[in-house]
Amino acid sequence: MAYNFQFGWLTVYWERLLDGAFNTMLLTLISCIAGSLIGIVVGLCRQRGGLLLRTFGAIYVEAIRNTPLLVQAFLIYLGLASLGWRMDPIPAAMLALTINCGAYSAEIFRAGFASIKLAQHEAAEGLALSRTQSFFYVILPQALRNVWVPLTGQFVLILLATSIVSQISAEEISAAASQIQSETFRSFEVYMVLAVAYLILSILLKLLLQGIGNIAFRDRAPRISLTSISQGGK
Amino acid sequence: MRTFTTNDLLFLIDAAQYTLLLSIASLLLGGLLAIGVCLLRLSKDPVSRIIGTAIVTLGQGIPPLVLLFLSYFGLALSGINVSAFGASCLALSFFTAVYLGEIWRSSINALHKEQWEAAESLAMSWGQQMIYVIVPQAIKMALPPSIGFIVQLVKNTSLASIVGVLELTKAGQMVNNATFQSFEVFLVVSLLYFAICFPLSVLSRRLEARLFT
Repeated sequence: MAYNFQFGWLTVYWERLLDGAFNTMLLTLISCIAGSLIGIVVGLCRQRGGLLLRTFGAIYVEAIRNTPLLVQAFLIYLGLASLGWRMDPIPAAMLALTINCGAYSAEIFRAGFASIKLAQHEAAEGLALSRTQSFFYVILPQALRNVWVPLTGQFVLILLATSIVSQISAEEISAAASQIQSETFRSFEVYMVLAVAYLILSILLKLLLQGIGNIAFRDRAPRISLTSISQGGK
Repeated sequence: MRTFTTNDLLFLIDAAQYTLLLSIASLLLGGLLAIGVCLLRLSKDPVSRIIGTAIVTLGQGIPPLVLLFLSYFGLALSGINVSAFGASCLALSFFTAVYLGEIWRSSINALHKEQWEAAESLAMSWGQQMIYVIVPQAIKMALPPSIGFIVQLVKNTSLASIVGVLELTKAGQMVNNATFQSFEVFLVVSLLYFAICFPLSVLSRRLEARLFT
């Protein structure tokens, strides 16, 4: 290939990429947290709710999971504006990503709540915990532990999906890269750097979430087994 | 300015055919490549395994949109003259190869080791073990998640609109530019995607439910 790769533009434009990367991380963080909260509520509705809540939950999840994020973003950014509800690109992007993440994590949490055995509910009731207490102290922590691995995968997918909101001119790293390539005409090099940036971000996010999982969900059960107690507590 | 009419709807449905075409082309090419990715990852040779892992890490750590840009601009640089459709198809095939390859690998790994041992004790070669014993059993397990992945693929073809392929999303943007009825237009576009994806989602769930009964 008779092509000279040139990365000289990086010395001029790296700050823009860094700003973009910051916005990408911010979008990911907020939409993952808000999306998980939606996911917990909707997952609970679908697992325990009455017919009405179950139906609404199912419609929300199926509508979002069976349409592209790009079209959802257009619908929120352009569609709502045409109905008279104008939003800036970043809040619109956040809203689109949160709604999207909510639908996927709802399915994950539904499976998580389904994985908690009936005995756990009975045990919580036996300790005279109210329904709210039993949910927050018994059910949710265990469900969260059970779904942490798929949830981690979902968060990484959301990080990658933030690239799509560059199309509604939200100023994240892909949008920054597109601007840089239109000024430098070094399209391939710019997108190579962009690919590496996403690779680093996604690997870091995965490691961070695994680390959180290891610390938060360590087996909290007592380390001393019954036999060792009977043998003098060795 | 004009309003959104039945003609626009027909235009969108027409463009949806290209969404389907792009999905099917990427699925076929990507499926072939996925066999390669799967075999690399399952290989006993450490170098092949490392290459396989590198491909999967790249494919799962880079957004499909960036893969699309790399393929679109990279092919042009290397002097190969392909259309936006070809470049999109290539990027989506790579995306498909990585995800399907991993689904298939995990299905094969989920089989018990005794299946391999039993096949080997019948003096089958590695290829025979694969074709007559392993793959027929793994397919049953791999089918539901593979169909679930096709939904992801169909949705990601919407990205091809960004490099100018006239598929459903691009057609939606064009109608939107003419009518300014963004909400109605993109709602109809969403419904058309839903009409393609929802039956696949249901099929995937049905097959999965049947697997566990």
